This record gives sequence, structure tokens and C-alpha cells, in this order.
Amino acid sequence: MAMPENVSAPAPILRLENIGKTLGGKRILSSVTMEVDKGQLKVLIGPSGAGKSTLLQCINHLIPPDEGHIYLEGRVVDAARRSELYAFRQQVGMIFQDFNLFDHLDALNNVSIALRKVRGMNRKAAAERAMAELERVGLANRATLYPAQLSGGQKQRVAIARALAMDPKVMLLDEPTSALDPELVGEVLAVIRDLARGGMTMVMATHQMDFARALAHEILFMERGSIIERGSPAELLAPGSGTRTADFCSRLTDLCEECS
Amino acid sequence: MLESITTIIEALPYILEGTLVTVGTVFGAMALGLVLGVPMSVAQAYGAWPVRLAVGFYVWFFRGMPILVLLLLFYFGLFQLIGLNLSAFTASCLVLGMTSAAYQSQIFRGAIQGLPQGQLRAARALGMSDGTAIRTIILPQALRLSIPGWSNEYSILLKDSALAFVLGTPEIMARTHFVASRTYEHLPLYMTAGALYFVITLIGLKVLRRLEHKLHIPGYASHGPL
Repeated sequence: MAMPENVSAPAPILRLENIGKTLGGKRILSSVTMEVDKGQLKVLIGPSGAGKSTLLQCINHLIPPDEGHIYLEGRVVDAARRSELYAFRQQVGMIFQDFNLFDHLDALNNVSIALRKVRGMNRKAAAERAMAELERVGLANRATLYPAQLSGGQKQRVAIARALAMDPKVMLLDEPTSALDPELVGEVLAVIRDLARGGMTMVMATHQMDFARALAHEILFMERGSIIERGSPAELLAPGSGTRTADFCSRLTDLCEECS
Repeated sequence: MLESITTIIEALPYILEGTLVTVGTVFGAMALGLVLGVPMSVAQAYGAWPVRLAVGFYVWFFRGMPILVLLLLFYFGLFQLIGLNLSAFTASCLVLGMTSAAYQSQIFRGAIQGLPQGQLRAARALGMSDGTAIRTIILPQALRLSIPGWSNEYSILLKDSALAFVLGTPEIMARTHFVASRTYEHLPLYMTAGALYFVITLIGLKVLRRLEHKLHIPGYASHGPL
């Protein structure tokens, strides 16, 4: 009987294998491969149009990839089977740049609706769980407010609570602070930082380099649909390392300094 | 002058009975239009191309012909052809309802397609099936946004329902016409009929406005006071 390989080393939680995507004749992603281990924070950086957002949306098939495979805990995801796709998506939380809270529901129901409609929890249990998640992001006192009554930072924190309520194994964060006013960025990053420290597995596209430097286990630098550099923040961002990543980041920093 | 008033007073109970028929026709037709129009709008917004084509054809057919033609075509033609023996009232409800479905589907489709793309994306990302997402996320928002357009459809349909008199449906118009042709008091009688339509329109629009207010989401899709 053949023994499975690497019995001792657990499979990575998430594995992407040669993901490719062409849209309108344009190559958006070409053979992207990456592995995310439990508790890791991977940060995607790169110029706009590099494919970061498309890659994140390909992972949970909001944009179906044309090529490649996605594995969750070592098992390939067969997206052609609806029930399997829905079950997979429940385990992969997604945070969007523009929040995408459900505009007709208050904060509590934004968090509880999927618990009720997807998980089949009853109203009371779902509300209790939702309240606990809102507390975790510091918004228990905003539970009855509607998205239009919340600030950008609060909206994004509700969106994080909504994703957390589904007990995701991985979280995908697509530039979670890019649409926020500068003074609101901190409160959202603080929540994400706490998640990272609590051992949440995450893949995050961001331009917040200080955040990436401090917390990322690995930085993946994307350009024209490919990951062209990868490594720890220390390796990639060291002064004089001559990497594309360091060059890109110094230009970002220069830009910030010019502005301020 | 006195004679006119007497005629109106004498004819009023008879015509008011027609008001019930008119209101019944409009209610029936609006309800049928809603029940058919919502799935049609969803099919047109999210369906596969054969479904979209079928809905498009339906809408084109019912919007492309005068109601008068449709009423006569169905009542004396198509319903007979398939062996349906319907009362004039039922036939009016059905034809007006099917026509309204065509218009209502476009009101709802506009509202659905006006919602931010991210709503459906976020629902899918949580593991919702498209059906669940449409029922719990898309339609509750789209239907709210449809109320102003729906009020419009109501006021148009109410007045279109006057055409049902060509089938012999005993509604306001048919009864007014009947009395007028016997008493020759055209002016006061048609003024009465007009006033009745006026009042029913007003009440209906008030009710829908109140509904809009009641379903209003704080801070959402509102520009100025309601």
C-alpha cells in the first residue's frame, strides 16, 4: 500500500497552482503559484494593474480562473460542483476595498445574514454570534446602524466581522484600507493586526508598507500578472538589496513624503 | 342643472359598484404583474441567453401593442382558441396583468442593474448560492428602489383598466357609458367617472408613498426628505 508523502508535514492551508486568467484577450494572470501555511500573513504588493485584485478574486472563484488549481487543506477545489464551491467559499473570508456591506441591513444583520441563510442558524443564535464578532472589532455599540450611517473605517470593520462570523480558514483582503480617509486607516489596520497576531491565515493586497514590513511572513511582488519576487520583508526591503520590491517601496515612500 | 345632479345621485350607487370592479381589476393585474415581473427581471438580469431572449420577446410583444388590441386579441381570439372560457373580468385582469408584467419587469431590472456589483460579489464570497443571494440581498434592495416606478405603473394601469369596458367588464367606465347613453347627461357623468379615477389614483399613490417611507433604510438612496 502506498503511503501518502510527507505525513509529518501538514499540507498548506491554501495552495495555488499555476493560476492563469485572460480577460478580453489580455493576459491578467500567468501561472501564479503560492502556498499559504496556517497562521501566515502573505502580503501582495505591486503597481496597479499588476493583477493583485484579480488573483485574490480568482482564489475564491469570484472571477473563475482559466487555468490552474486551488487546494484547500490539500484537497483540490472542484468549482464546477456548486455545492463544493459554496462550501469552499464559506471557509475563505473576503474583504473588499469598497467594503460591499449589504446596504439594506444594519450592522448586526450584515454579520448574521450568512449565518442564517448559509449556515442555517436560527435568528437568535445568529444574532448572538454576530454581536460577539462586532464586539471583537469594537463595534458592538453600532449594531443597529445601517451602512450609510457608518464611517468608512467602521464599515470595513463590520465587513471583517461579517467574514469572521463564518469561521474562515483563510482570509483574503483586497486593499482593505485603500478607500479610507487617512485618519481611518489605523483603526482597520489595528483589527487586521490583531487577527494576524491571533494566528489568522491571511493573504492581503496592500500598499501599507510599514504594516507589511512589521507583520508579513512573506511579501509577494506582482507585476504584469506574475509574482516576480518573493521573500521575507527583511530580505526584500533591505536597503541596497536592489530588489524590485525595495525600489517600488522607496518610490511609494517618496511619494508619501512629497505629499506630507 | 338640478336634473344633472339628480342623474348623478341616482347613477352613483351603480357607478360606485363599478369602482369595486375597477379596483379589483387593477389589484389583480398589479399582483399578476408583480408575480410574473419579478422572476422575469431576475431572469433577464442573471439568466442564460435563451431565458433572456424569451423574456425579451415577451416584453417586446406586450409593450409593442396597444392594450385595446391585446384585450380584444386575447378575449375574442387566443383565450377562445385554447378553449378558455373566461369572464370579462377575469380576462381583463389576465391581459392587463400580463401587460403590466412586461412593464414591471423592466422597472425591477433597472433597479437590479443599478445596484452596485459588489453586493452580489460579497454575497457569493460568503458562500451564498446565487438564488439565496438574489432573494436575500438583491431583491430586498431592488424592490425598495422600484417603488417610485411601481407607483407610476399603478397610475397608468388604473387608467388603462378603463379600456376593459370594451370586453363588457362592468367597471367604472362601462357603467358610466351605459348610463350616459341612456340619459344623455354626458358632461356630469363623465366628470363623475373622472373624479372617481382621480380619487383612486390619489389614494393608491398615497399608500405607496407611505410604503416607500415605511421601508426606507436610514441614509440609503435618499436625497432630501421623504
